[in-house]
Amino acid sequence: MAKKKTKKSTAKKKSASKSPKTVTKKRSKRGSNGVKTTAKLEGLAESVVENAFGRREPAIDIPIRALSNVSFNPKTRYIEMGDRCQQRALFNYGQAKRFMQTLLVASKCKELVDADKTASIRQIYYLAKHTIKGTKEKTFDSQDESDPVIEDLEVALEALREELHVFAGSKGALIGELTFVDSGDTIDATKLGSGGYAIPSIVEPNVIQFKKCKAKYVLHVEKDTVWRRFVEDRFWEKHRCILTHGGGQPSRGVRRMLYRLHDELKLPVVCLLDNDPWGYYIYSVIKQGSINLAFESSRMAVPNARFIGVSSFDYDRFDLTDDVKIELDGNDIKRAKQILNYPWFAGKKAWEKEIKRMVKNGFKMEVEALCSKNLTFVTEEYTPQRLKQPKSWLD
Amino acid sequence: MEDQRAGGACLDSDITAQTDIQLQPQTSISSSVETLTRIKAGKVSKKKSRTSRASAETMAKQQREISISEFFARNRHLLGFDNKRKALLTSVKEAVDNALDACEEGGVFPEIYLEIKQLAEDRFRMICRDNGPGIVKAQIPNIFGKLLYGSKFHRLKMSRGQQGIGISAAGMYGLITTGKPVSIISRTGKGKPAHHYKLAIDTKKNKPDIIADKTVDVPWDRGTEIEIEMVASYNKGRQSVAEYIELTAIANPHTTIVFKGPDKKVVEYLRNVDELPEQTEEIKPHPHGVELGILMKMVKETSAKQLGAFLSGEFSRVSPKIAKEVCAKSGLTQRTWLQSVGPSDIEKIYNVLQETKLRAPSTNCLAPIGAEAILNGLLKGIKAEFYTASTRPPAVYRGNPFQIEVGMAFGGQLGSLDNNGNGDEKSKQPPTARVIRFANRVPLLYQQSGCCTFKSVVDTKWNNYGLSQSRSSLPQAPFVVLIHMASVWVPFTSESKEAIADYDEIRKEIKLGLSECGRRLGTYIRRKKKRSHFAQRRDVFHRYIHEIVESCRAMTVCNKDDLRNALSDLAARATEAADMEFDDHGKIIAKRKGSDSEMDNTIVLGESEQAPPGQMELFAGDDESVTERKVRAKKSKKKSKKSKGAKNAKPTGKKKKKRK
Repeated sequence: MAKKKTKKSTAKKKSASKSPKTVTKKRSKRGSNGVKTTAKLEGLAESVVENAFGRREPAIDIPIRALSNVSFNPKTRYIEMGDRCQQRALFNYGQAKRFMQTLLVASKCKELVDADKTASIRQIYYLAKHTIKGTKEKTFDSQDESDPVIEDLEVALEALREELHVFAGSKGALIGELTFVDSGDTIDATKLGSGGYAIPSIVEPNVIQFKKCKAKYVLHVEKDTVWRRFVEDRFWEKHRCILTHGGGQPSRGVRRMLYRLHDELKLPVVCLLDNDPWGYYIYSVIKQGSINLAFESSRMAVPNARFIGVSSFDYDRFDLTDDVKIELDGNDIKRAKQILNYPWFAGKKAWEKEIKRMVKNGFKMEVEALCSKNLTFVTEEYTPQRLKQPKSWLD
Repeated sequence: MEDQRAGGACLDSDITAQTDIQLQPQTSISSSVETLTRIKAGKVSKKKSRTSRASAETMAKQQREISISEFFARNRHLLGFDNKRKALLTSVKEAVDNALDACEEGGVFPEIYLEIKQLAEDRFRMICRDNGPGIVKAQIPNIFGKLLYGSKFHRLKMSRGQQGIGISAAGMYGLITTGKPVSIISRTGKGKPAHHYKLAIDTKKNKPDIIADKTVDVPWDRGTEIEIEMVASYNKGRQSVAEYIELTAIANPHTTIVFKGPDKKVVEYLRNVDELPEQTEEIKPHPHGVELGILMKMVKETSAKQLGAFLSGEFSRVSPKIAKEVCAKSGLTQRTWLQSVGPSDIEKIYNVLQETKLRAPSTNCLAPIGAEAILNGLLKGIKAEFYTASTRPPAVYRGNPFQIEVGMAFGGQLGSLDNNGNGDEKSKQPPTARVIRFANRVPLLYQQSGCCTFKSVVDTKWNNYGLSQSRSSLPQAPFVVLIHMASVWVPFTSESKEAIADYDEIRKEIKLGLSECGRRLGTYIRRKKKRSHFAQRRDVFHRYIHEIVESCRAMTVCNKDDLRNALSDLAARATEAADMEFDDHGKIIAKRKGSDSEMDNTIVLGESEQAPPGQMELFAGDDESVTERKVRAKKSKKKSKKSKGAKNAKPTGKKKKKRK
């Protein structure tokens, strides 16, 4: 339904519009240096103008970002976005405001690109927020409204967030045997004290270039606190690795960084996450990409990543005590079953066993629970031991 | 007088049931009065005997006959003269009802002029003039100066009055309270003299007392004018003379009524129906509707000599064959002489009759107002935007045929006026719906909550029809519902004839009528909501168009105004439904998709057609003549409009579809 409209408007090109229409449907293989972002933004506005003058109701096609429109590609081993689009029409009572917001955010991005400035998603929210003329209504009531609009725009225009000159807050950190250049400054990641290097939202090659790498692999842990344990025990030094964390669900910056470390420096990525459904899903996002941002899987997913722990079997394996247990609640079990049904988990016997075991155990475990043995158990015994048993890693 | 209206009456059961009233003028009274007097006197003497022991002889001295007039003079509440306020209303009612009946029987469109003049704090003069056939000179004193004198006694015929007590009672009330006689002028046609009588009632003898009798010149050709002076009080609002007139006009759209109140304001209700109500036929009682006492009375009164002839001759739906069966079942024959039929036999016959299956009575004795006329009546009396009406087919309760009619008016100025038609813009809450009730075209003003019609309205689930309603109460909406019951015998709950009794059959018919109209109302309200819904959408679209134009301009080269216009056009197209009330010239009402008027017996007025809200104020002027003129001008304009509406409201169901 959505396609024909765009085609029509492309065909009926106005002489006034200089740049070609780009709100098209050729879902290109992420040709990052394809058409320029400004042209894409202009094309969006032009399609609206052309439709209006052509007596057609303006609408934007936005690929659906939901489980129903993603598929797992067994060849590439990451989640890909389908072709299904949702039309966002101005003259649809339920979509009118969203439509307006989308165009508003687009115009703000255009300003940013033209001025060669970047803004955080929160700054975009404030840039675009104002009272609509003649009413008491605000264009945006909260950032919760503008954030999805930015993502919509990314998919609709096939432009990355950084291409739209928008960034999110830094989340996650890095430390270890790596030297790189960030915006012209050379950073030796072995000399970053206890705080490490905060991974920015944008880690594209034009911002960060890798120089020297002595690390043999990347160890990604779930949270800041665990990461600090490893830093304090100088785990990266002893084991010649790079330590990263994502502050829970890793942001795009962290995932892109992992991808680049894996892709450019050929470093294996291993993950140490909590033994609960949320930990499993963090791993899934790192490995296969997320449903919401499936269009960026190809440049973020690390299909070769491995899950080293904490496994449901570690309770027996490491002879842990009852003190580590957190009882599963209804939500956990529901989510576990959901995960088990994702196509990219289906068919993986080990994962099936793992998740079923957790449900059978009736409890979950945090990485930090391992400290119940002693404080450095996780860095000195657990992790080294797990690293030596690649066969028991989960794929 | 309350009890004059329709159907049976207290008086019927009190007096006529036990006595034999014949319809000959003079003799009938004496016999009925005699009986009544006996009862009355008996009571009085009993009381006396308690206080002072007396012999039969001394008692006999006190036993005397009192006249029916005297009885009612003392018991005037029975006739609806309980208080000053009600006395005025009752007098007006009697005068207007008589006038309407006279005109209809004479086959002319009634034109009634009613004036209430205030003479002193609590003294009023009522003047009522009609254009009826007039009254011959010799009958004037009897009709207005004698109680229980008339042509409508106790018959099974659908008519307003029944006994002929009303107008003379009003005159009597005036005489008692002010000492002034009743003044009557009547003329039977052009070129004939107009007779002017002044009459007082001799209450002792129930006889007219002629005070003056002369011939006068009057500016009108035909009709009767009555003038009664009385102690009364005039009020506005509910249960007032004004409301009575308004409702009468609604139920009698074939009538022109001009009403001038004590405040000198003139309200005119113009005729907007070109047909007189059909004259109804008198029917014989249906056996299922009579009671044992009545049956006994009928046996006594009949001219038939034999039982079979009596049964088949005096009742409807009793054929000779059925009569034969009934006789056989009660152990008698058709040939049995009525004289030999004893009370126990009558009871047997009565029981057999009740068990026998009989056809329902014929219904040609009913003359409903008609859905179309109700619409016109509502259009005349109530300022709303939506009108609908329906007439149910005739039905039967206890052997009496009846017919229910329902009308509804919704929205428009009803929303900004309170129930009495007074502007009350301040109250934000929607007004409570109003129920207007009629029995045989006569408005019922009292005892609303005890009335079958009111209960039916309350029991209806109005939420289904788009009105808000809390449990067991009237809906909260600018809404008027009219219910009319036409019957040869309207069952009232009490002697005062103010509420219709709650018979299942009647309730069922009312419910059906209400839901039929309710469905149309619901459809209208839903469509209206949809229209406003689309208008709301358009507002939203327009609100965002500005933002979109600005955003597009920031991203690409375009003409802002052109884009805005183009988008506005599209917005208008996308919300076409909101435009259904506008035609190409932007004039309100015209093309309406899924037209409201496709519904039967329904009228929808566009905003421009509804009377301007300032209309009420027109009556408020101080200068009488100016006000009157203005009103007339206004009215005549309205008349043309209304007549158009009336034309369109013809039963084909096609209404104001096209209007240029």
